[in-house]
Order: sequence, then structure tokens, then C-alpha cells
Amino acid sequence: MPRKIKDAVAYMVIYLAAFYSVLLLAGIIVYVFAKGFPVFDLPFFTTVSSVVKGTVGIAGNILNTVYIVVLTLLAAVPAGVGAAVWLNEYATPGRGVRLIEFATETLAGIPSIVFGLFGMMFFGTTLGFGYSILTGSLTLSLMILPLITRNTQEALRAVPDSYRNGAIGMGAGKWHMIRTILLPSAMPGIVTGILLAVGRIVGESAALLFTAGSGYLLPEAGSGFVSKIMESGGTLTIQMYLSLARAEYDTAFGIAAVLLCIVLAFNLLIKILTRNKFFAG
Amino acid sequence: MNCIKIETTDLNLYYGNYHALKAVTMDIRADAVTALIGPSGCGKSTFLKTINRMNDLIQGVRITGRVCLDGEEIYAPGVDVTTLRRRVGMVFQQPNPFPMSIYDNIAYGPRVHGEKNKNRLDEIVERSLRRAAIWEETKDRLKKPAPGLSGGQQQRLCIARALAVEPEVLLLDEPTSALDPVSSLRIEELLLQLKKSYTIVIVTHNMQQAVRISDDTAFFLAGTVVEWGRTGQFFSRPRDRKTMDYIAGRYG
Ligand SMILES: Nc1ncnc2c1ncn2[C@@H]1O[C@H](COP(=O)(O)OP(=O)(O)O)[C@@H](O)[C@H]1O
Ligand SMILES: [Mg+2]
Repeated sequence: MPRKIKDAVAYMVIYLAAFYSVLLLAGIIVYVFAKGFPVFDLPFFTTVSSVVKGTVGIAGNILNTVYIVVLTLLAAVPAGVGAAVWLNEYATPGRGVRLIEFATETLAGIPSIVFGLFGMMFFGTTLGFGYSILTGSLTLSLMILPLITRNTQEALRAVPDSYRNGAIGMGAGKWHMIRTILLPSAMPGIVTGILLAVGRIVGESAALLFTAGSGYLLPEAGSGFVSKIMESGGTLTIQMYLSLARAEYDTAFGIAAVLLCIVLAFNLLIKILTRNKFFAG
Repeated sequence: MNCIKIETTDLNLYYGNYHALKAVTMDIRADAVTALIGPSGCGKSTFLKTINRMNDLIQGVRITGRVCLDGEEIYAPGVDVTTLRRRVGMVFQQPNPFPMSIYDNIAYGPRVHGEKNKNRLDEIVERSLRRAAIWEETKDRLKKPAPGLSGGQQQRLCIARALAVEPEVLLLDEPTSALDPVSSLRIEELLLQLKKSYTIVIVTHNMQQAVRISDDTAFFLAGTVVEWGRTGQFFSRPRDRKTMDYIAGRYG
């Protein structure tokens, strides 16, 4: 076969492959939205499902998702960022650091159901938190720790040494230098890690099913919002799983559409953040 | 006759097993410019960094001998490194403005050392920028990011930042080697101004620059100081054969 034709064929195959993946993505989005949007009405977002009242709603699940995202981040971000700062700025480079980094990488590859099992036994049973939003959040915080640590480390590595020397050379203490120069410079990278983590939390099912359970009710006004942490609560993804299991396809598609919107919004945010290199130059 | 500001006696520095400074004994005079010259890798930067203890950051560095500032040993136990680095400021080869506004760059050092008063910080910022001859160019854009300045401006900003904490000594490690000739000359003029009130130690690759701006010159070779003395005498009547060869351009 002449070379020109070969090239042409190769191009065509590549274009087809690219076209196919775009088409697939667009197809899923259109399909889910087409099925999901009709379910959207005000009660869907503001009530919880009730056989007695005859309502179908995901307000409780939306709140649970917010609770779990916030609590998980509260537990994981300080620990993850702290670990990254320690690994990059304080620890003596060598076997110990490499071992910890290897362990972190490995942790990132463990199937989430294993985290679920560990969380259920350790946080749920041993520490006695039971099926609760707290147990679920602590479990997820272990799962996303590597993501936060790795992104923060990468961001810290990208900060030029000349900043460190400049600050130390002026008499700044190490922690002061980290707080005033390194962390602000690394902030876009850190936030990117956090946003990716939020994506994983929102989409997680296996690790939550046996830790946070599937509660879907709204808390009672007042102290109910605090004690809710100790109660079972399913996120949107969990509720979608349950709806599917009960063959409530309309509800499942409605939730799927909501989840897609969230994922698209976060991806957009990450894109904007990683492109916007403020101060670069 | 200026008195002696910094005195090193039999100073040795090892990076692990590598003997980088060998028995360096020399004096640096107050309110004068001392130029350190020599081929690359001979220990000029290393020597400069011993003066404000920037070597403390590097793993495996070992130092013997004495470095005295105003007669006080700076490696003695109990010396406060923060205070030392306030008294002995440093400017690097690559301009390294922090990724923040011009104002915050200058205010960084004073804030490190506890200054919080807004009015006083304003004063310090203006005074430092004026001293570093960059006030006119920056006064209308103090809140703009410093990395947006040109290379020469950035380096003068870094000098201003170092001056903001009222140091006594200014260490400069090849401050003009990353700059164009015009910006370099501006820095040289600035240093001639500053030496009236500061002790300046500058590493330079450029012998003409040493002649133009320095009062004293020291020649480093493979970790030793071959010769040091008044710049005029150093270049017109060097005592050591190796100095003669270096000045004549017979080393790299
Ligand atoms: N952090 C370090 N670790 C090990 N060796 C170093 C380090 N810094 C410098 N050296 C070595 O010490 C010698 C002197 O370096 P330096 O002071 O930077 O020279 P100069 O500034 O005169 O070019 C060189 O041989 C260099 O390789
Ligand atoms: Mg050097």
C-alpha cells in the first residue's frame, strides 16, 4: 500500500476513535439529562420521599452529601496538606520518605469497598460510631488522603527554591516561610486536589454503603443538625443505587442528572483554576 | 581607614566529605565594597553563605574556624540566626521577588521581624524603594504583582527588600549576571551609593565590574583565598603568580 494511503487510513482511524469517545460522552449526557430533567420539580429538591405523603424527593440526600463532603474534607485536608508539607519541607529525603510515598501511592489504588470494610469495622464497631455520617466521613477521609497529599506535594515541588532561600535569608523561620510563601504559591494545586477529592466523595458508593448507611430523612430543626452526624445518612449516589435496586428508574435518572451537573461544574472549576496561573511571570 | 566588619579565621567548610573552603582567613572592611572573584566552583558562593549562615539549611555541612561580625563569633552557640540574618542581608543571582505585590515584598522582612504598624510599614516601603533607586518606577503600582517587573527592576526590588530590615551588611551573589548591561550598570551605581552606609560583599564573574565598584578584592581558587587586598593594588601589582595568571585571563 502506498505510504500516502497508509497515512490517510491511520488518520481516519484516529479521528474515528476520537469522534467515538466524544460521541459516547455526549450520548450519555444527553440521555441522562433527557430522562432526568422531566423528574425535576420543586418537591423533588425540597422534600424527602414518603409513602404516606406520596412525595418523591432527595432533599435529605442532598443534605447528607453536603455533610459528608464537609466532614470528610475537615478530616482529610489538614492531615493531607500537613503530611505533604512534612514530606517535602521537613523530612530528610531518603528511604523513610520514599517508603511513605510508596505507601500513599498504594493506598490510592486500594478498591474503595476495602476502605468500606475497614471503616465499618474500625470506626463503626471498634470506636462505636455505628452506621453514621461520621463513620462514613472518616472512612472516606482515609480514601482521599493520598489524593490531597499527592496534589499538595506536586504543588510544593513546583515552588522554586529561590523563594525558600529568599525568605529564609531575610530571617524568616521555616514555618513562617511555609505559611506566607509556600502555601499561598501552592494554593491552586492544593485546591485542585480538594476539588478532585470532592468529585470522588460525591461519586462514592461502595465505601459508604456499609459505613454511612442509607438514611434519607431531614434532621429536626435545631440540635438535629448536630446529632445528625451520628445518624445514618445516604448521599445522592447511595440513594441512586437504592432507587435502581427498587426499580424506581425515574428517581434514579433524576439523581443521575443532578450528579452529572455537579461533576460538570467541578470539572469546569478545576479547569479554570489550573489555567489561571495568577502572578506567574 | 574603615574598620573591620567581618573577620574570618582559618575557616573550613565541608559538604559531606568535600572540602569546599580551605583555611580561609580574610577581613572585610566596613562601609566598603569587597569583591570576590575566581573561576566557578571555587567556593565564592559558599563563602558568602557562611556569612549569614545560609549553609545551615544544607544537609551534611560542617564548619570549623571562626567568622566574626563586629568581633562576635556568629557560629557560637546561642547566636540568634534570625537576628544575624536581619543584620546580614542577601541578594541572589536570579532575582527572586516573591509572588505577591511589590509592597508586600518589601514589607516581608519587617513583618518577619514583628513590624505590624501600617504607617510605619508604608514609610519603610517608600524609604527602601528610594534607597534602591526604584521608587519612581514603582510608586504607582505598589499593589501590583512584583513578578511583573523587568529583570533589572526585580533585582533592584530584591535589594530594596533586603534593605527594608536595616541590615548592616549586604551580600550579593553575582547580582548582575542574569541582567543586561544597562541594568547591570544601574545596579553598580546603586551599590556605589549604598556602600556609604552598608558593608557590601559581592561575588562577581566580571573583573571589570570588580575594578569599577570594589575597594577590596579577594581571589578564590579551589576553596582557598589566594590573595586579597586593596583593589587598585590587587589588579596593578598582584603578589601571587596565580592571581597574575587569572587576571591575565589564563584561567576559565
Ligand atoms: N550543596 C552542596 N552540596 C555539595 N557540594 C556543593 C554544594 N554547593 C556547592 N558545592 C560544591 O562546592 C564547590 C564550591 O561551590 P560554590 O561555592 O557554589 O562555587 P562558586 O560560587 O565559586 O562557583 C563546588 O565544587 C560545588 O560543586
Ligand atoms: Mg556561585
